[in-house]
Amino acid sequence: MIDLHKLTDAGTCRPIAETPFPAPFAAGLEYAAPARGPWNIVHVGMLIPESHQIFVCAQGCLRGVVLTAAEMGAEDRFSTITLQEHNVRDGDLEQLILEGTADILQKLEHRPRALLIFTSCIHHFVGCDLDYVYRKLRKRFPDVDITDCYMTPILRKTKISPDAKMRQQLYSLLKPREKDPRSINIIGNIAPIDRGSELYEMLCQGGWRVRDISWCRTYEEYQRMGESAANLSWNPAAVIAGETLKERLGQEHFYLPLSYDYEEIEAAERRLAQALDLPLPDFAALRRRAEEALAETARILNGMPVAIDYTATTRPLGLARLLLEHGFAVESVYTDSYTAEDRPDYELLKEHYGWLSIRPTTHPKMGLLAAGGPPRPQVLAIGQKAAYFLGTPHFVNLLEGGGLYGYRGICRLCGLIAEAAREEKDTKSIIQVKGWGCCG
Amino acid sequence: MGVLRLRQTESVISTYAADVSGVCSALYEMGGMTVMHDASGCNSTYNTHDEPRWYDTPSMVYISALSELEAVMGDEEKLIADICETAAQLNPRFIAVAGTPIPMMMGTDFSGVARLIERRTGIPAFGFATNGMHSYLLGAGRALAAVAGRFCPDGIRPEGGARPVVNLLGATPLDFSVGGSVEAMGAWLEQEGFAFGCCWAMGSPWEELMQAGRADVNLVVSSCGLPLAHALQKLYGTPYVTGAPFGREFSRRLARQLASAARDGQNRNPLQPERGGQQSGEILLIGEPVSAASLRCVLQEDFGLTGVRIVTPLECPEQLACPGDLFQAQEDDLFEAAARARLVIGDPIYRRVLRGNRKAAFIRWPHEGCTGRIYRREIPVLVGQSANNWLETRL
Repeated sequence: MIDLHKLTDAGTCRPIAETPFPAPFAAGLEYAAPARGPWNIVHVGMLIPESHQIFVCAQGCLRGVVLTAAEMGAEDRFSTITLQEHNVRDGDLEQLILEGTADILQKLEHRPRALLIFTSCIHHFVGCDLDYVYRKLRKRFPDVDITDCYMTPILRKTKISPDAKMRQQLYSLLKPREKDPRSINIIGNIAPIDRGSELYEMLCQGGWRVRDISWCRTYEEYQRMGESAANLSWNPAAVIAGETLKERLGQEHFYLPLSYDYEEIEAAERRLAQALDLPLPDFAALRRRAEEALAETARILNGMPVAIDYTATTRPLGLARLLLEHGFAVESVYTDSYTAEDRPDYELLKEHYGWLSIRPTTHPKMGLLAAGGPPRPQVLAIGQKAAYFLGTPHFVNLLEGGGLYGYRGICRLCGLIAEAAREEKDTKSIIQVKGWGCCG
Repeated sequence: MGVLRLRQTESVISTYAADVSGVCSALYEMGGMTVMHDASGCNSTYNTHDEPRWYDTPSMVYISALSELEAVMGDEEKLIADICETAAQLNPRFIAVAGTPIPMMMGTDFSGVARLIERRTGIPAFGFATNGMHSYLLGAGRALAAVAGRFCPDGIRPEGGARPVVNLLGATPLDFSVGGSVEAMGAWLEQEGFAFGCCWAMGSPWEELMQAGRADVNLVVSSCGLPLAHALQKLYGTPYVTGAPFGREFSRRLARQLASAARDGQNRNPLQPERGGQQSGEILLIGEPVSAASLRCVLQEDFGLTGVRIVTPLECPEQLACPGDLFQAQEDDLFEAAARARLVIGDPIYRRVLRGNRKAAFIRWPHEGCTGRIYRREIPVLVGQSANNWLETRL
C-alpha cells in the first residue's frame, strides 16, 4: 500500500532543459485536479443568447453536462436524449435524434431561437448519418436555427480538439448579412477584451465598432456579428472558427496570438493597424509603462516564488519567460504538453533558465502529492491548478489569459499578481466553481 | 395538444450518476486503484459531481485516456501497460478497471484485461463491464460484492457477544452524501443496543471491512448494498435486513427486525407497507429505492399518511418494489405521476415535473446521486427522530 509520506515526486518534476518537445511527460493514466474553472462545451455554447442545447449521449456522458447547465442556472436551456444499449444494437441513432428533438421542442415552454445538438463518440463510431439528421430537422423546424455540435473526446488527439470545434460551431449560426465595413468581431474568447487594452483603443479610435459574443444579450445581437467585416482572435482554439467564417461569410480573419513578448505584441498590433487603417499607439510609452509595472510588481513580490499553469494563459512559457526576465522568482510551470506557439519560449527558457521546473497536471501521482505533501502558502500561483497543487491562497484566478492583451494586458496582469501577493483567497471555494465567470 | 410519448428524452430533468461512477465511489476508501476506461470526461464528471471526497481525501481514481486509434485498433495493451506502470509506482491494494460506452462498442474483455494485469503485477485485479448506460446503483453494487467475494476471508464467525453486531451495507456519498448520515446510522445502531461492525463503504478501514463476517446481521441501507448482502450471506450465512433507519417508529421497527434476524438468521424486508395494496400516488416519492421506501414507511407509520407511491428513474431490485411503484421511470412517467399528486418529495430538480399541477406541494429532498453537489448543504440527516423533525416542518 502506498504511504503518502514516502511518496516521492519522481516523474512529476523535470527541469525544462531535460524535457522533450512537445510532450514533456510520457502519456499514461490520467488524474484530474479539482480545479473546475476552465469552461467546457456547455459553457461556451451557452454564449449564444436564446439558444437551447440538446445532448444525445449515454447516461455517463450526460451527467457532467447536465450538471454543468444546472450549476450555471441554465437548466431551462438544456435537454437530453439518452442513448441506450438497444440504440447501438439496433442502429436507430438517426431516428432517436429526430424523434427526441421533436419531443423536446414540443415540451419546451418557449421556442428557442437556436438549437445546438451535441452528438457523441458513439455517433462517430457507428457512422450515424448526421447530414441526413440535420437536413430533416431543419426542414421540419424552419423557425429554429439548428447547428451540429460535438462531445467527442475520443477525437481529441486525432482531429480538431473538442474545444476548437466548439468555438467553430459557436459562430456557425451566423447568417450572411450586409457588411458593415467598420465593424469587427473579437472571437473565440471566454472573457471579453479588457476595454482598457490598447488594442481595443486602437479599434475604437479607428472608428471600428467592436462586437464580442460575450456582450450579446439577444439572438439578434448575436446575428449582428454576421455584419462585421472582420474577425479578430488571439486564442489558438479560435483559429479554425476564424478561418471558417472567412470562407463562409467572407469576413477577414486576423489572428494575433496572445503574447507576452514585446516584439510579437508590437508586430501583431502593427499588422492589424496597417490592415484596418488604425492609428498606432505610442509603443515606446506603452512599453515603458509595462516595464514599470513589472519592476514594481517584482519589488512587491520580493522574491516570492511563482508558479504558472496552462489554464491561466495559452502561453504559459511565454509568461514565465517575461516574468523571469524581469526578476520574478518563477520556479515552475504546470503543463502536460507544449504547443507549437510555445516553441520559441521553450527554446529560450531551455537555454537561459534550464532549471525551471516543468510539472504535469494529469500524472497519477499529482493528487496524492497534493494531499500528502505540506501546502506551500508562500508561493504565488497564476492559475487554478497551480494553486491547488501548491495549496496556496495567493493566486491569480486567471483563465485563458482573461481577456488581457498587449502591453496594457501585461500591466493589468501585474496588478492582479501584486493583489494576489498581498491578499489571500479562499482557494478551495473559488477553484471548485465550474466554468468561472460563465454567469457574468 | 398531444404529446409524442417518446422514451429517452429529458426536457427538464437531470440524469443520475452512472454505473462507472458507482464503481469508483464504492471502492474509493479501500486503498485500491480504480481506472475508468474512457477517453476523457468521465473522470472530471466523477470527481466534480459524484465524489465529494475528491478535494480532501486522496484516492487512486484515474482515467485511461483512450484515444480514437486505440479504440479503432482494439488496442488493450496500452491500457494494460499503463495500469501496470502506475501500479508499480503506487502499489495499490487492488486494481479495478471499469468500462464506459466506447469500450462497450469495442467489446473490451474486462475480465481478460484484469487477469492479464493481475498476472503481470501480482496485484489482485477486477474488471467491471460497466458501460455508462446504467445508474450508479448497478456499478456500486457489483463493485462491493466483488471485493467481498474476493477478499473477505473464510472462517470468520460471529462471536456471540451480548449485543448483536450489525454492518451497514451500501453506504456511498451518492446516496448519503458527507453530511453525517452514515455516522448517524452507526450511532443509531449503538443506541438501539447493537454493536456497530463496519460500514461498506464509508468510514471503515480495510481491516474492519475484512471482519464483516463477525456480524450477526447486515443492514442494507441502499439498493447497491443488496449484491453485497447476498455475497456475505453466501460466504458467512449472515442474514440481512433492508431499510434505512429513518423516522422514530420505522427505525424502531427496523431495529426489531434486525434483532429478530440476528436471532433466527432469516432475511427481512420491512419496506413493504403495513397497509398493503396499490399506492394511490397522492404522495409521490422520487429517490433511491431503499431510502425512498424507508421514507414512505416514515410517512405511513409516523405521520399516518397513505397513498405514497415511489416513481423513480433508478433501477430497483424486484424484492423492494410495491404494487404501484414505478422504477426506471422516464420523464413522461414523472409528468404523469406528478400531475396526480398532491405532494411530491424529491430532489429539487423534480419540482420541474410539477408543471401544470399548481396545487401540489413540493418538499425538497436533495440527492447527491441526482444533482451532485448543487444542493449538498440541504441534504438532510433522516436517521431516527431527525426524519420526523425534518418532515414536521415541511408537511
